[in-house]
Amino acid sequence: MRQSDFRRLSLILLFAPFALWILLLIVLPHIGMGVLALREKVAPRVYEFGFGNFLEFMHEPIYWNTLIRTGSMSLLVTALALLIGFPIAYYIAKIAGPRSRGALFLVCLIPLWVSDLIRAFGWILLLRETGVISSALQAAGLIDAPVELLYNDATVVIGLVYTVILFMIVPLVSTLDGMDNAMIEAGYNLGGNGFTVLRRIIIPYAMPGIVAGCIIVFMLTAGSYLTPILLGGKYSSWFTETIYQQFITRYNWEGGAAFGFLLLAFTSAVVWIGLKLSRQTLAGTVAKS
Amino acid sequence: MKIGKLSAALLAATMLTATSTAQAETLRLLTWGGYAPEEVIQKFEEKYPDIDVAVTLSNNEEMIAKLRATGGAGFDLAQPSHDRIYAAHLEYSIYKPMDLSKIDTSVMEPKLLDGVKANTTIDGQVYAVPHQWGTSGLMADKSKAPEIKSWGDLCDPQYKGKTSMRLRRTILLGTAFAMGEDPFAAYADLGKYQAILDKVVDKLIACKENVKAYWQGGDDLAALMLSGEVVASETWDSTAYKLYSQNPNIVFVPPATGALAWIDTFVLPRKGEADEAAYKWINFVLQPEIVKIMSASTGGTAAVKGGKDLLPDDKKAAVNAAFTDADMANLKFFANIPPGVEDMEGKALEKIKAATGG
Repeated sequence: MRQSDFRRLSLILLFAPFALWILLLIVLPHIGMGVLALREKVAPRVYEFGFGNFLEFMHEPIYWNTLIRTGSMSLLVTALALLIGFPIAYYIAKIAGPRSRGALFLVCLIPLWVSDLIRAFGWILLLRETGVISSALQAAGLIDAPVELLYNDATVVIGLVYTVILFMIVPLVSTLDGMDNAMIEAGYNLGGNGFTVLRRIIIPYAMPGIVAGCIIVFMLTAGSYLTPILLGGKYSSWFTETIYQQFITRYNWEGGAAFGFLLLAFTSAVVWIGLKLSRQTLAGTVAKS
Repeated sequence: MKIGKLSAALLAATMLTATSTAQAETLRLLTWGGYAPEEVIQKFEEKYPDIDVAVTLSNNEEMIAKLRATGGAGFDLAQPSHDRIYAAHLEYSIYKPMDLSKIDTSVMEPKLLDGVKANTTIDGQVYAVPHQWGTSGLMADKSKAPEIKSWGDLCDPQYKGKTSMRLRRTILLGTAFAMGEDPFAAYADLGKYQAILDKVVDKLIACKENVKAYWQGGDDLAALMLSGEVVASETWDSTAYKLYSQNPNIVFVPPATGALAWIDTFVLPRKGEADEAAYKWINFVLQPEIVKIMSASTGGTAAVKGGKDLLPDDKKAAVNAAFTDADMANLKFFANIPPGVEDMEGKALEKIKAATGG
């Protein structure tokens, strides 16, 4: 009897931190936000229950334009991160020797030790009109007037890819690592060329890692705030910035909370569509890697 | 048994720390960067050894958001600008009235004190007193953009891609004045104010082509101006004065329609717990020798009699280079923001930010 009590107690104790975390830091705040989002302000200190904050989003094209823009740029970032990250992951998992593998992983990790803010400022120093790259090009005689490389969408995309690519590489490496080299050899023995082997053997095998990486990267990008704000210029709005504006500049917490839920719903929908299109499940991808 | 002992020990330990923090009173200050310099805090704690000063740095919008989140708890003294008190209190009930008998108001500049009182009296009770004041206007590099005189000049095509502004309410108001409107007078009639805002939004969207980037903070702006990437910008006077000491070509330019003046105040949050300490701090920082240290660090002018004379020498030079007496007489103090205006202005700013293509 005492033995089973003890087992139950240890189970509860082990489970408690996780349950508390989910309940206190995820569920409760979201309930609070939900209540806030459904409050409509009619006059100072007077609120009514209603969906006005969500309707406001539907009626105002600038909001859903910003949301679509954020979504499509995040998809672009995800695609680029996959394109760049896949060869790196493949090299680390399959080609590099066991010794250099650790070192390569470390090299990928090092940028993460520096805060987002500092990394963004690094890009600013490099890319601004009087920055390192512009001055170097002038000194080399390639251009005769300073160029502004900062404050446009391309810079935002580069900055974001740089920030999130690690989250693409890690799941890819762990999936590719489990793949038997014999399968690739067999592919070549059966007369396949490099492209066929990649398309018919490696990619299908790595699919769970690819999907997991894409989901993580997409979510991180769509929810990022610092990089788009600091590197983006006058034409680059990001949906998180709109939410911040609602909360802080307009004192409109109700609207901000509604927008928060819309961003969550939108990104979840994109992920769901992606899973359906790639015929994967959440359990088979993110949970596995 | 063991567990019982351990938890008893833990309990005792937490009680011990609780009592030790309760002994010294803490003054939790919610203020702007530079408004509580280390030197002043040290002197204050020397004079009142039983008070600890804890400082949180913020800005107008975040101060109100923070106090709103807790219903006015968590801080004992806050310093929003004078136009951010009336409506914010009506909407969210975050401040409490001040007992003016506890403050030495005789040292304050009467014009500023009366202005703040008039702006922050609710139901016959005064909610704020002035601390520092300054202006928002334009900054230009004289050697590269000598003709900047008005808010509208930031949209002058000859400076294409070389001007900057902050996408906040100041530029909306400035642009409205430059277009010959009086936005403060229109506050009484929100329909009319919306019509003015619509015109301002169109103008600033057309102006977007001319702007290099919208600056976010003082450091941001300083880097843009000092590197010469931007030759003219909307600015706080304090930022311009700082740059003047590094490059005398960069001066503050009061716009032709008048620089916009703000007064940062002292208010007591509704659930503040150390009012006495707060009054002590207010009286302490209004002493002439403290004002001197404070002005060097805030970049603003103290709201005490003869505040301008208490500025450090380099600031005094910068002010004299920027302002004539006529400019001083032309100052436009930010009018009280009535409820609802923040939302209208916020939406206008969102429209400008989201607009694409000239």
